[in-house]
Amino acid sequence: MTPRLLGCGPNAVMIEVDTTADAAQLAAHLRLSQLSGVVELVPAARTVLVTCGRPDQLAGVTATVASFVPGEQLTLDGIDVEVPTVYDGADLESVAAATDLTVAEVVELHSSTEFFAAFCGFVPGFAYLTGLPTVLRLPRRQNPRPRIPAGSVAIGADFTGVYPTNSPGGWHLLGTTTVPMWDAARLRPAFITPGDRVRFVPVAR
Amino acid sequence: MIEIIHPGPLCTVQDNGRPGWAHLGVGSSGAADDTAHSLANRLVGNDPSAATLECTFGGLRIRFLHPALVALTGAPCAVSSIGGPPVAHHDPVAVPAGTELSLGLPTRGLRTYLAIRGGLDTEMVMGSRSTDLLSGLGHPPLVAGEILAIGADPGSARPTEIAAVRPHPDGPITLWPGPRVDWFTSRALADLTTTPYEVLPTSNRIGTRLSGVALERDAPRELPSEALVEGAVQVPNDGQPLIFLADHPVTGGYPVVAVVDPGDIGRVAQARPGDALRFRWH
Repeated sequence: MTPRLLGCGPNAVMIEVDTTADAAQLAAHLRLSQLSGVVELVPAARTVLVTCGRPDQLAGVTATVASFVPGEQLTLDGIDVEVPTVYDGADLESVAAATDLTVAEVVELHSSTEFFAAFCGFVPGFAYLTGLPTVLRLPRRQNPRPRIPAGSVAIGADFTGVYPTNSPGGWHLLGTTTVPMWDAARLRPAFITPGDRVRFVPVAR
Repeated sequence: MIEIIHPGPLCTVQDNGRPGWAHLGVGSSGAADDTAHSLANRLVGNDPSAATLECTFGGLRIRFLHPALVALTGAPCAVSSIGGPPVAHHDPVAVPAGTELSLGLPTRGLRTYLAIRGGLDTEMVMGSRSTDLLSGLGHPPLVAGEILAIGADPGSARPTEIAAVRPHPDGPITLWPGPRVDWFTSRALADLTTTPYEVLPTSNRIGTRLSGVALERDAPRELPSEALVEGAVQVPNDGQPLIFLADHPVTGGYPVVAVVDPGDIGRVAQARPGDALRFRWH
């Protein structure tokens, strides 16, 4: 399906595509095009939002969208990221029960998968990672937790991710990492940036 | 340097924000009423990137430890000035060291901007001094007893004019169709522009919450999270819209029916609890 252009005020356009992968690819395509006037380029689950400084700069954006071919493999400029993880999450047992796996099998499956950072949102440095094995795709918890500790490695719906800060949340906790996901003083403030390939590496406590 | 004797209900340091990082989950933040903030800077001859104090519901009391050129814009408050000349709205005034300035409650509007020549010199985070109350980036909201540095003189000409105060705009706020306008019934789109929506006290820099005729969707469905813009009119399941402001989240999972015209965002940022907002389609 060709991308749909959705109105978002005079200085912005939202482009809707079929899949999260297409959204990531379209965002990369637009970023690589280095269009003048673009202020924000925000991929999400099924869309990419582009905001410009002035309304007349949107024409260049929509023209570039027209040249995008969904499914075309682009070289994304991400890096390989390893997240050292202690697999001690409070939901390991319940995830194992819900998926008919042992805890060891859940850990093996999660830690042997190469994930892709599709987009960020929610809080600074929170990257939604795609590639979660189908068997591990569970609905959000019925009762979200009011406080999930910073560094929690979790799964929810089709994604996995790491909570950068203490926050409420409804995902299932598999483990923890001590690597800060967000540090405004770092050259690369988000530890995981859209386009990166991510692996969770089991480490002892 | 200045001393915050009392910050009032909420006082934060704001500049033009930190646009360009939404793809990392960082909102642009910045002054909620950018028009008033920019005018305050121009009135004291500041660089457009200078930071001002954004003061919600007045109440700010500060002491100038050095002579300063200051200007107030946005929501007009009664101003008392001890040890210095009177300071009126929209009027750059030189105050001597030791002056104590106090703002009363705004007579209308919500957010008052105080610019000081040289700008507030607090810490920069990702290229901006703005306090983002959603993500926590930037200097925390001001507390009593804090001392803040003022930046160096910009070297520009010292303005002496006052700014004309435009008549308070009272026409409807202009809306553009939002990305999910087609999720709503034609009745909802009419209700949005023919009935008033009251500003709720739960409003803040993240967004202005409204109460009015519930906006009906044409079919129940889930929305995968998508990016938000400032001015987005989002409609959660209860049909009560909220207008996102400077500290809005980067993504959201409820449909956006409309986007407030950028020229009218300042008006929304100045709307106080109890005010009735009316809208029109662009």
